Amino acid sequence: MIDLTTSYLGLQLKNPLVAAASPLSKKLSNVRKLEDAGVSAVVMYSLFEEQISHESRALDYFLSRGTESFAEALSYFPEMEHYNIGPDEYLNLIQKLKSSIDIPVIASLNGVSTGGWIEYAHRMQQAGADALELNIYYIPTDFDITSKDLEQSYVNLVSDLRKQIRIPLAVKLSPFFTALPSLARQLVEAGAGGLVLFNRFYQPDLDIEMLEVIPSLELSTSSELRLPLRWVAILYGRISADLALTTGIHSAEDIIKGIMAGASVVQPASALLRNGIHWAKEALSGIEEWMEKFEYESVRQMRGSMSQQAVAEPAAFERANYMKALTSFDNRIIP
Amino acid sequence: MKREMVTIDANEAVAYVAYRTNEVIAIYPITPSSGMGEFADAWSAAKKKNAWGTVPLVVEMQSEGGAAGAVHGALTTGSLTTTFTASQGLLLMIPNMYKIAGELTPTVFHVSARSVATHALSIFGDHSDINAARSTGFALLASSSVQEAQDMALISQAATLEARIPFLHFFDGFRTSHEVNKIEQLTEEDMRAMLDDDLIVAARIRGLSPDRPVIRGTAQNPDVFFQARERCNPFYEACPGIVQKAMDKFAGLVGRSYHLFDYQGAADAENIIVIMGSGAETCDETAEFLAKQGEKVGVLTVRLYRPFSTPHFLKALPPSVKKIAVLDRTKEPGAAGEPLYMDVVTAVNEGLANGSAPFKIAPQIIGGRYGLSSKEFTPAMAKAVFDELKKSNPKNHFTVGIQDDVSHSSLSYDPHFSIASPDTVYCVFFGLGADGTVGANKNSIKIIGEETDYGAQGYFVYDSKKSGSITISHLRFGPRRIRAPYLIGENEANFVACHQFSFLERIDILKYARQGGVFLLNSIYGPDQVWDHLPREVQETIIAKKLKFYVIDGYEVAHKTGMGGRINTIMQTCFFAISGVLPREEAIKQIKKSIEKTYGKRGETVVRQNFEAVDSTLANLYEVKVPEKANSAIQRLSLSQQAPEFVRDVLGPMIFYEGDNLPVSALPVDGTFPSATSQWEKRNIALEIPVWEPNLCIQCGKCAFVCPHAVIRQKVYDPALLKNAPETFKFIDAKFKELPDMKYTIQVAPEDCTGCALCVEACPAKDKSQVGRKAINMAEQLPLREKERENWEFFLSLPETDRSSFQPGTVKNSQLLQPLFEFSGACGGCGETPYVKLVSQLFGDRSVIANATGCSSIYGGNLPTTPWAKNKEGRGPAWSNSLFEDNAEFGLGMRLTIDKQSEYARELLPQFAEAAGQTLVDEILNADQSDDASIIRQRERVAILKQRLANLKDPKAKHLSALADFLVRKSVWVIGGDGWAYDIGYGGLDHVLASGRNINILVLDTEVYSNTGGQASKSTPRAAVAKFAANGKGLPKKDLGMIAMAYGYVYVAKVAMGANDQHTLRAFLEADAYPGPSLIIAYSHCISHGIDMRKGLEQQKLAVLSGIWPLYRYNPALIAQGQNPLSLDSKEPSIPVEDYAYNETRYRMLLQSDEIRAEQLMRAARDDVRKRWELYRQMAEIEYNAGQNNNSNGGSHD
Repeated sequence: MIDLTTSYLGLQLKNPLVAAASPLSKKLSNVRKLEDAGVSAVVMYSLFEEQISHESRALDYFLSRGTESFAEALSYFPEMEHYNIGPDEYLNLIQKLKSSIDIPVIASLNGVSTGGWIEYAHRMQQAGADALELNIYYIPTDFDITSKDLEQSYVNLVSDLRKQIRIPLAVKLSPFFTALPSLARQLVEAGAGGLVLFNRFYQPDLDIEMLEVIPSLELSTSSELRLPLRWVAILYGRISADLALTTGIHSAEDIIKGIMAGASVVQPASALLRNGIHWAKEALSGIEEWMEKFEYESVRQMRGSMSQQAVAEPAAFERANYMKALTSFDNRIIP
Repeated sequence: MKREMVTIDANEAVAYVAYRTNEVIAIYPITPSSGMGEFADAWSAAKKKNAWGTVPLVVEMQSEGGAAGAVHGALTTGSLTTTFTASQGLLLMIPNMYKIAGELTPTVFHVSARSVATHALSIFGDHSDINAARSTGFALLASSSVQEAQDMALISQAATLEARIPFLHFFDGFRTSHEVNKIEQLTEEDMRAMLDDDLIVAARIRGLSPDRPVIRGTAQNPDVFFQARERCNPFYEACPGIVQKAMDKFAGLVGRSYHLFDYQGAADAENIIVIMGSGAETCDETAEFLAKQGEKVGVLTVRLYRPFSTPHFLKALPPSVKKIAVLDRTKEPGAAGEPLYMDVVTAVNEGLANGSAPFKIAPQIIGGRYGLSSKEFTPAMAKAVFDELKKSNPKNHFTVGIQDDVSHSSLSYDPHFSIASPDTVYCVFFGLGADGTVGANKNSIKIIGEETDYGAQGYFVYDSKKSGSITISHLRFGPRRIRAPYLIGENEANFVACHQFSFLERIDILKYARQGGVFLLNSIYGPDQVWDHLPREVQETIIAKKLKFYVIDGYEVAHKTGMGGRINTIMQTCFFAISGVLPREEAIKQIKKSIEKTYGKRGETVVRQNFEAVDSTLANLYEVKVPEKANSAIQRLSLSQQAPEFVRDVLGPMIFYEGDNLPVSALPVDGTFPSATSQWEKRNIALEIPVWEPNLCIQCGKCAFVCPHAVIRQKVYDPALLKNAPETFKFIDAKFKELPDMKYTIQVAPEDCTGCALCVEACPAKDKSQVGRKAINMAEQLPLREKERENWEFFLSLPETDRSSFQPGTVKNSQLLQPLFEFSGACGGCGETPYVKLVSQLFGDRSVIANATGCSSIYGGNLPTTPWAKNKEGRGPAWSNSLFEDNAEFGLGMRLTIDKQSEYARELLPQFAEAAGQTLVDEILNADQSDDASIIRQRERVAILKQRLANLKDPKAKHLSALADFLVRKSVWVIGGDGWAYDIGYGGLDHVLASGRNINILVLDTEVYSNTGGQASKSTPRAAVAKFAANGKGLPKKDLGMIAMAYGYVYVAKVAMGANDQHTLRAFLEADAYPGPSLIIAYSHCISHGIDMRKGLEQQKLAVLSGIWPLYRYNPALIAQGQNPLSLDSKEPSIPVEDYAYNETRYRMLLQSDEIRAEQLMRAARDDVRKRWELYRQMAEIEYNAGQNNNSNGGSHD
């Protein structure tokens, strides 16, 4: 009997397949389907720092605008009893999920600044979240902010959040750091129990006819797995935190690669969105078949087996690897 | 029994009782009663129960006539039923009121009394509406204050059940309906105690039921009608006693004692005023003041006006009375006297004749009018009436409160007379509509009313403009109950606040300040700089009145705390800090409590940022050291000396808030005003205005096309005219193929722009090296103002492009036509006015316009200045508003005139062939008038004809001369909103469409009643939230276009300017060209949709892409050519409805409050779109054959 169980952020999970934060988790019915398809936990869609303040401000603006200034129309909308805006809606969903499904629910907060909004972490805990994922998703465009300032603010944020909650905390990072291992260690020291590698920035596109910058959302592909795979392999065993691999998980083989690199869990999103929720079921049976075929007993046995520490040539994950890749590429295309 | 003290307005106080004592409520929104219906609807939506534990059913009808019918039906089947209305609404209810009264059906109609439209519409208060209903058989019960309005709501409900006579309970519109005052709130126990269950059951049992069938509403003949009509007399005789009994029961229960006629004053008073409504409070207070000075005066307040009980009236008068002045808040031209005066004369004479009067010598009785349309009625005016009574020969049929220099009816009064109490605090606040001042002041007065033992009152004066509007808040509080139903007077205010610096340039704000009072100014200039920026008059007043002067940069605090332009809580904090009404810490605690109450539901961010604003305020509040001398060279603004005399002398004072001082003679005799007056107002409300970049411009005209206020214009002109151009005047070579070798300019009217930026959004030309820069960009107004004003004046001096030199069929060309609708008071970014402006450009010089009441009649016709304009030949749209409900018929009447008079002119013309010349006559009769060039030629012929007729003695020549202009083609446009077209005016609209007459109907479809604050209409789409559809409209929008197409001979177009401007233009031209009825339904984005108004055009595009708003034209003229008349002009829906809908608060708020229902309705809305598209597609694909014709008569109206 193959043992797929794993542990992540102190949660005992029946397998390493965790649904990543995505629009799928906005609906209870979808999360039920994810559970039925076999995922071992679900990371909810992110509650954005901006969303918390923006929705509130927008609602106030539009309900207030034009009121009390023209005698015949002192208001323009009926007064509602209640609004589920931003956090309320999110917190309600956590509660609903917790009462409807059995797998752990990991809430997700997306923001960069410490401020009043982080108290929502506490409320997520109160609403029943089993863990929290902090998604640091920021494009620094201010020329006066240094990388050092920015990284310190992330560490402070993790530290502040840690004080708000007792449930486990994971931090989802982008790959764009000059010295990721050092930052990873600082984040773990500040209280992160897990690191999720990596989030993907939605890159805007340019419409060259309309001369407009247009938001663009494209799903990931298997080839994008390489980047997180490398960093999971490098970090594994060197920080006292669990690692989750996200981005580029599209097959059972991708999952196995992630685990071998050192991930406790993998978090697919694009594969579920592209192929449908049933993909999870197929991927899980694919892992089992593969493990059976190659006679692996458990996921634990496999985890980190190809991390930088574990491989014969640790340099393969470093710069030399780059040279090798280039060479092989040239060989393929240059006659 | 402990009752809560609450600080609310009378609409809420009355609705509170009416809702709890009824089961069915049928209403229709009308100012100033809408608030009552909205409260009832909100409570019903929130499942609040009435006093007997059931949730009343609230239904919005299509008109007040419909509401009255529904009320009648519910009553006659035995439900406790009520309604709320005013003014024209009450007039529409009158037919049913006769029936309801004739059938002795208990009910109470609550009316916030408002002027009936005569020479003009007015939304403000007087008793002309309730007097129009006084013969219906309803009992009429008056309230004078907010407290009384609540109390009488219950007393009338109790009395009607026993008397079986229906009641009209009224209180003064705005003055009482909108006054916030501290009152003791009745409990549901009070209501149950007052209302006899047996009487309720009796009313139910009288209700029609097939279980005990009866027939009601028979037709009677001369043999019995009269007798049967007299059968109700005992009920009317008993009614006054029943009302007094209810009042007595109420007094025993609650402690407040009322009588049918309440006398206040000296027991030996000789001079008495008889009055009803809020003016009675003013007279009472004044009489009390005068009595203390030894005057023998008193006031008799009329509460039960109908049935008028002569015995009770006479009994209430002091026997010592020698003279009576009866004050009516209404005017009945041609009557022997106003109605209350006539009642009093009759009662006194009857009393003397039958010996029931308490006096033997007939008192002298005079009558007078006061307070029409909420005209101020102050203690000074009440004193003038008492003073008049002192005279040996007092004036009868007088007026008070105005200067009548025509009929010399007015009493003079001392405007400085004041009975202001030294222990009351008086505060006046000037705010910008958008800054939240009124909302904060309502909260302040609630705080004072509910957290202290003080009496408290708030009254709010609003602007008639929908953009850049000014609000004035009048707050009073003090140790005693505040009555004073009039504004705070000159030199009375302890505290004056100006929340917008620029007001100081326009309005004499400090006239309200008393000696030694406080002046708080929101100013970007700090305590050390502000003095030098004040107009000289302001400096002089501050010094003369020894005012304590404070400044705060509220915008800076608001900006830093994320509040945007809303400085309300900041200024509120300053008010509490300076006024000292509460200890500072307590005040801040209470402000924060009210912030939580007001904004709590909208999320913690908003609450938190308001808190931050409050906490940051005091550190930024400074007292200004006032210099001893005024040194400013800045003068208060005045109107341009170039303005016509009427504008300068009559409209000018209105613009500067001095209209009350205009004498009767200044005003037109019949409500007719000159057009083209908005150009003189120069409101300067935009912080940013568009700036043209000629080198990027492609001369497409789109910016001018979409401009809601006609402030951005283009002209093509002879280069030689640039000789005298100002230095900064911009121009480029014109690119118009019909107009070679010319120059081209786009110019902005800097002082008329509202800064909405729709033009920037519409501009398609981007800088290739810097795509964020367009051919039109917004820039700060102030630094541009002077130069652009000069450029604008030069631009106006350039000749308009000759209409005969180009065809207006392209967007680009259409914008060479002069807008004859300009600078209206519509909202910034309004979605309606670009369509209205387009009508004025294309057809304005030959159009007559009927405009339904609503937004378009307010921004189109509300004084002081109006936007309909004229060209240099003096031609332009002739515009009128009749009513809300009759607009299509009104327009049809205009068409009938044109048809008849042109027909008569054509009949007369051949009779003058000799004098006029046969050739000219033939040319006129056979002229093609299909385009501007041919119309211009016809005008020239008609001018010659008039010259040739001028010296003829034949009376028919005079007739022909007067009618000759009708020989030039005219265009009739009927314009209104969806409330009119889909609901209240639909019957008439349908009839006019069916008439086949050549009439053009433009429906400005905002999908709600925008002017009265967003109530649902039948145009409201499924899934959208509106008032009376708080849980999202569950049924689809009525397809008005489809209904009109069913006639087969009506031109119908559905347009959305933001989605396809060329399509819009084409539809307007085709509608005018089509010789029968035309209907254009125009998507009009609106503030009531809850969108970023700058993105209004983008929303229109999304509406079309999603299929919510398919574009089409149905042109019956094509049938005769064997073509399908329906052209589906937009593509198959290509984006989900949600991508359009959830950009709008009206849809999103349902998602945020009830996600499951939102999703259900959105699914259904998607289905609506799909089905409708399929239906239209099939209709558009039907093959028409030329020979098939048919009854399409192309506009013949036989």
